[in-house]
Amino acid sequence: MIADDAPQSTTHMTSTGDGSAHELLQRLIELQQTYHHIPWTEIERLSRQLSLSQSHIVGVIEFYSFLHTTHQGEYEIFISDNITDQMQGSRLLAELLAKGLGIEIGTTRADKRVSLNYTSCIGMGDQGPAALINGYTLTALTTERINQIIQRVDASTPLDQWPRSLFEVSSKTRRKDIILNSEYIPGAAIAAGLKNGPTSLLNQLEQSGLRGCGGAGFSTASKWRFCAAADAEKRFVVCNADEGEPGTFKDRYLLQAHTDRLIEGMTLCAAVIGSSTGFIYLRGEYRYLLQPLNEILEQRRKAGLLGQSILGQANFNFDIKIHLGAGAYICGEESALIESLEGKRGIPRSRPPFPVTQGYCGFPTVVNNVETFCNAAMIAQRGPEWFRQVGTPASPGTKLLSISGDCERPGIYEFPFGTSIRDILHACGAQQTLAVQIGGAAGRMIPATEFNRTIAFEDISTGGSFMIFNQNRELLRAIENFTHFFRHESCGFCTPCRVGSSLLAKQLSKVMVGHATAKDLDEMSILGSLMQKTSHCGLGQTAANPILDGLGKFPSLFQSRLRATSFEPAFDLDASLEEARLLTGRDDPDAHLEGGGV
Amino acid sequence: MTNSFEIDGITVPFSNGQTIMDAALTAGIYIPHLCHNPEFKPHGSCRLCTVLINGRSVAACTTPAGEGIVVENETHELVTQRRLLLKLLFVEGNHTCPGCEKSGACQLQAVAYHCGMLAPEFVHFYPKRSIDASHPDTIIDFNRCILCELCVRASRDSDKKAVFNISGRGIQAHLTIDSPSGKLADSAFNSSDKAARVCPVGAILPKHKGYNIPIGQRLYDQAPISQVGDVAKHQEVADE
Ligand SMILES: Cc1cc2nc3c(=O)[nH]c(=O)nc-3n(C[C@H](O)[C@H](O)[C@H](O)COP(=O)(O)O)c2cc1C
Ligand code: SF4
Ligand code: SF4
Ligand code: FES
Repeated sequence: MIADDAPQSTTHMTSTGDGSAHELLQRLIELQQTYHHIPWTEIERLSRQLSLSQSHIVGVIEFYSFLHTTHQGEYEIFISDNITDQMQGSRLLAELLAKGLGIEIGTTRADKRVSLNYTSCIGMGDQGPAALINGYTLTALTTERINQIIQRVDASTPLDQWPRSLFEVSSKTRRKDIILNSEYIPGAAIAAGLKNGPTSLLNQLEQSGLRGCGGAGFSTASKWRFCAAADAEKRFVVCNADEGEPGTFKDRYLLQAHTDRLIEGMTLCAAVIGSSTGFIYLRGEYRYLLQPLNEILEQRRKAGLLGQSILGQANFNFDIKIHLGAGAYICGEESALIESLEGKRGIPRSRPPFPVTQGYCGFPTVVNNVETFCNAAMIAQRGPEWFRQVGTPASPGTKLLSISGDCERPGIYEFPFGTSIRDILHACGAQQTLAVQIGGAAGRMIPATEFNRTIAFEDISTGGSFMIFNQNRELLRAIENFTHFFRHESCGFCTPCRVGSSLLAKQLSKVMVGHATAKDLDEMSILGSLMQKTSHCGLGQTAANPILDGLGKFPSLFQSRLRATSFEPAFDLDASLEEARLLTGRDDPDAHLEGGGV
Repeated sequence: MTNSFEIDGITVPFSNGQTIMDAALTAGIYIPHLCHNPEFKPHGSCRLCTVLINGRSVAACTTPAGEGIVVENETHELVTQRRLLLKLLFVEGNHTCPGCEKSGACQLQAVAYHCGMLAPEFVHFYPKRSIDASHPDTIIDFNRCILCELCVRASRDSDKKAVFNISGRGIQAHLTIDSPSGKLADSAFNSSDKAARVCPVGAILPKHKGYNIPIGQRLYDQAPISQVGDVAKHQEVADE
């Protein structure tokens, strides 16, 4: 039994053109792959074909980090610049690479052979330092591997002839619990769902207490129920596989190792809400997963688990299309994700209306995290009691954590909700831990005095990022890294985040170079609280967390770098006299201002 | 029976579908705003209209009014917040009021007065931005653009031309013009367009009319913005 209004047919879906404006982003990604920039003639062509203005198209190109109107190299290289990559030596390796290629970081070589840039975390925290080359992931970089890369770029060797080992992404798990230890039986969840009907399935989900694993923890049963109840002729199922939060990579693991569970969960959702079309929004950084994902979709179509008449049910048609992102963290926010699915700039929408009532193309849409769909599939198979046997009353079940940073065994860990940070640190072999950043850059920095706290929605909630810093680390470097991340990823729509994230980064630089005063710290906390309170979306509301947590929990980090003076000008008076000194040929003491002129 | 809610203790009636801003405007209560103009779809980007509903921050221009809600508007905390937001707008662009043709009729300047913003607090960015004087009747000074997207909405929704667009991301976000050269003169823009008359600041200005009204006799020189409202509304009347 499925919802009555499930449409009768489903079009076969591929990533290439149905000629609608919604295809724009996917077309641009293909063009970038082909030409290493978007040529003007192609912008004109797209403008005619999709009936979009040229400035609209340029606006979309300039929104996404991986799209360019200027020529990039035939080899486009992006070095992952998360703090955990940096702790593994990424900055030095990037410089080695730059030197070997004869190029400045942030530029394209004159012969257009290669371009080199930094990029936000690419989701390889357990096997960094990592990089992307023409969209494909290079892992576990070493000087030796860097040299291999330089040689092949110099020889213009096509990527498919590079050693496979450079591109190996391990999907090893370090700790399994009820979810990963359970066997998945293909189609069992859908069969159970079809047999018992959507109401019974929703009740099961409700009893399981499953909450969204993307971070916010909204009840999954309620989300599906709201969507099913919304009055509309179509509904959509969307999987959020944008996984942009620095330090998280557990969705990458699920997409790679448990694709079937994910698709089963999405199909189940389609049966419950009455949907014929689903999307997986796959972050551009995970392009290497595109082909394997498509293969599994095809296998499932052949097995009667996807496509027309699923499991022989004449009126149950549901298919899934994969949509690539192109380097924009904000597209993980569900309404920005929907804008991006529609081929546009990823600007978060005003809410209400929420996606469950007006989402993709204005139709009711369920957006769930990868892990949420996987868990839903297992709950339908094993029942709610099985899920509730671990976890806490308010946070039943388990959470996949992506553990990286200073520990002996980084990787994927499944822990019951309610596990303490101390136990997690013990399990992964972390020693002399100074602090843990939980929930990514947008999350919280937890000092050692709070390691008895637990991972749970009622205590410390997280989408799964868990970055460890030991006592030899300079925490201010992490805070700076996260603050720069937000400046780079702000979509620019609203005043507090657009300007505030830049201003915070500037103020922090002043602290880093030892020019800040107590007044600057006050300004940072005032700005941070303004951003929390007035920003349009979650990005701006959390962008100041690293600085606010730093100021609140590790004040000495900042205070030890302050100047004693109460005021510090924005520029160095003495340094600005340098030109005059050069012109007059003077360098005597009287030609200098003591203390920079303050 | 009509629905109603409260703004700073005053009872405000509303009809279904109205936002807090709509109801406040109808009732003659001023909630500071820059990106809102009742003629266009609400946008919610400047955040100046941030108010509190039961302690929760929301943008008045995009949040539906609701029966019995209690809205805080002119509290000390909110005015302080707005002053900071205004400072951020001044930090981001190049706003030299004494030399600006819009001075006295500029909403940014007028709201800043209303919120008691007297001096800058943060280091300004002094971005390098250009001026587009290509068009015979209209000039665009990008230095003063606050990205409210009113011209974008007016050109797209009223003029049906989509002359204006936003490009770039984050602090790089900027206004663009849809024409082969990127210049206004080569676009479909006409000075009689709605888009020519909605800019709340001095970024889109008519040519040949500079200082027609002397400084000192302009809209906000006569009365505060909390009484006379948006400059666009008055321009419309003057044009007729
Ligand atoms: C800036 C920002 C980035 C986000 N990125 C992601 C993401 O990468 N993956 C994700 O599942 N949710 C992300 N979210 C949360 C989504 O908006 C949404 O809540 C989630 O996809 C809902 O799925 P769930 O209920 O299964 O957790 C992000 C939210 C914000 C504000
Ligand atoms: S908070 Fe930041 S990311 Fe969110 S809408 Fe505002 S500018 Fe964009
Ligand atoms: S030009 Fe004026 S109306 Fe257009 S976005 Fe800028 S400030 Fe707003
Ligand atoms: S007027 Fe409401 S956000 Fe600008």
